[in-house]
Amino acid sequence: MSSELLFSIIAIFLLAALVPIGMVATTILGPRSSKEKIKNEAYESGIKNVLGGVDQKFSVKFYLITILFLIFDIEAVFMYPWAVNVRELSWFGFTEMVVFILLLLTGLIYILRKGVLNWR
Amino acid sequence: MILTLTILLAVIIAIAWAAFNAAYLVLAERRGAGIIQRRPGPNINGPFGLLQPPLDGIKLMAKQLIIPDGADKFMYISAPVLVMCPAIMSFVALPYSDWLQAQNIDVGLLMVFAFASMGTMGIVFAGWSSRNKYSLMAAMRSVSQAVAYEIPMIITALTITLMAGTTNLDAIVAQQSENFFHWNIFPLFGETHNILMPFSFLIFFICSMAETNRAPFDLGEAEGELVAGFHIEYGSMGFGLFFMGEYANIVIGATLATIFFLGGWSCPFGLFPGVWWFLIKMYAIIFTIIWIRWTFPRTTIYGLLNLSWKILIPASLVNLLLTAGLMKVF
Repeated sequence: MSSELLFSIIAIFLLAALVPIGMVATTILGPRSSKEKIKNEAYESGIKNVLGGVDQKFSVKFYLITILFLIFDIEAVFMYPWAVNVRELSWFGFTEMVVFILLLLTGLIYILRKGVLNWR
Repeated sequence: MILTLTILLAVIIAIAWAAFNAAYLVLAERRGAGIIQRRPGPNINGPFGLLQPPLDGIKLMAKQLIIPDGADKFMYISAPVLVMCPAIMSFVALPYSDWLQAQNIDVGLLMVFAFASMGTMGIVFAGWSSRNKYSLMAAMRSVSQAVAYEIPMIITALTITLMAGTTNLDAIVAQQSENFFHWNIFPLFGETHNILMPFSFLIFFICSMAETNRAPFDLGEAEGELVAGFHIEYGSMGFGLFFMGEYANIVIGATLATIFFLGGWSCPFGLFPGVWWFLIKMYAIIFTIIWIRWTFPRTTIYGLLNLSWKILIPASLVNLLLTAGLMKVF
């Protein structure tokens, strides 16, 4: 195991142990949590259940955005190894990535023309 | 064992650095707002209000942690931690000078971005677990914003990787260290000869502002207009950790911009050691971010998403193509 990986793993565990101390400190220093019913209610501007609860449905746009994000993010991950090695690669390697990026741009233009990203 | 102790020291320093920055950037922000709006700002506690941040911290600590009825307790408690931990983890990997760095990581750039995007998960946790429709909607809003601006940010960072040929943050700075005009932001001098770099810097700066929920993009928590945001049910230290995480992310964004474009700790005149130059550049960027907040009005959520999906993402892809082409030709 490389020392960088070991370092990161140990640091993550230490952080996961140290940061919650802040939350624990509040429960010790602050007043005990109450059993009052009204105080523990969710904040709704004083109006109860006008728009429905937490289980309500969401516009499908949110899921579309997430899917588009996945596509473009994974594409960026593909590009990093290429970016590191682009000086050593020949013009062939360069052209291949240009084709890949152009395909993605075409996809983006298609999405735009289809009106996926048109908000009401 | 010694390794663990060293890492423990590094982690504690990172937490202290994040907490210090969060506390005093809030004060700087409030004083700055005061100056811009022609009022004094906090100036009662200590000289220039310098005692305000620790007092605020103690106040937050001493408040009651209210867990709303029906909330998912475990997720509710773990959400602030999940926002805070990745931010600190990024600090551990960031170099502030050639010696002031916990660990020189070869894939440092990728690691910082990976941890920076993990904070989004904490936002979803917070919004969903509070059993409040407003916080759930605000979480959805924040996530769609964070997700939209992450893509141009990562693609713009890719142009830096193209120029440097590495993802090691130390090496990226080392390439700009020869003199003032070798910084990446200056297009015509240096070895890079890339006229598109100022453009990359602009995209990166806008994205880091939007990623950290700063005005004019602070739709995640628009104080008066939309209900406070995904952390509406949080009080005391839960809110405090969200707050610290947010300011930590601003510092990370400014640090990355300094490393990528402004030459890191390389000094133009060499008056003092590199660390100080780094801090001067970083705080100049942070000051610009604060300044913009009090100068521009807030956008709408649709304008925000349009800016990212219709302008910044195509622009950053074309920018990447042209950068690669320029590099290959010259």
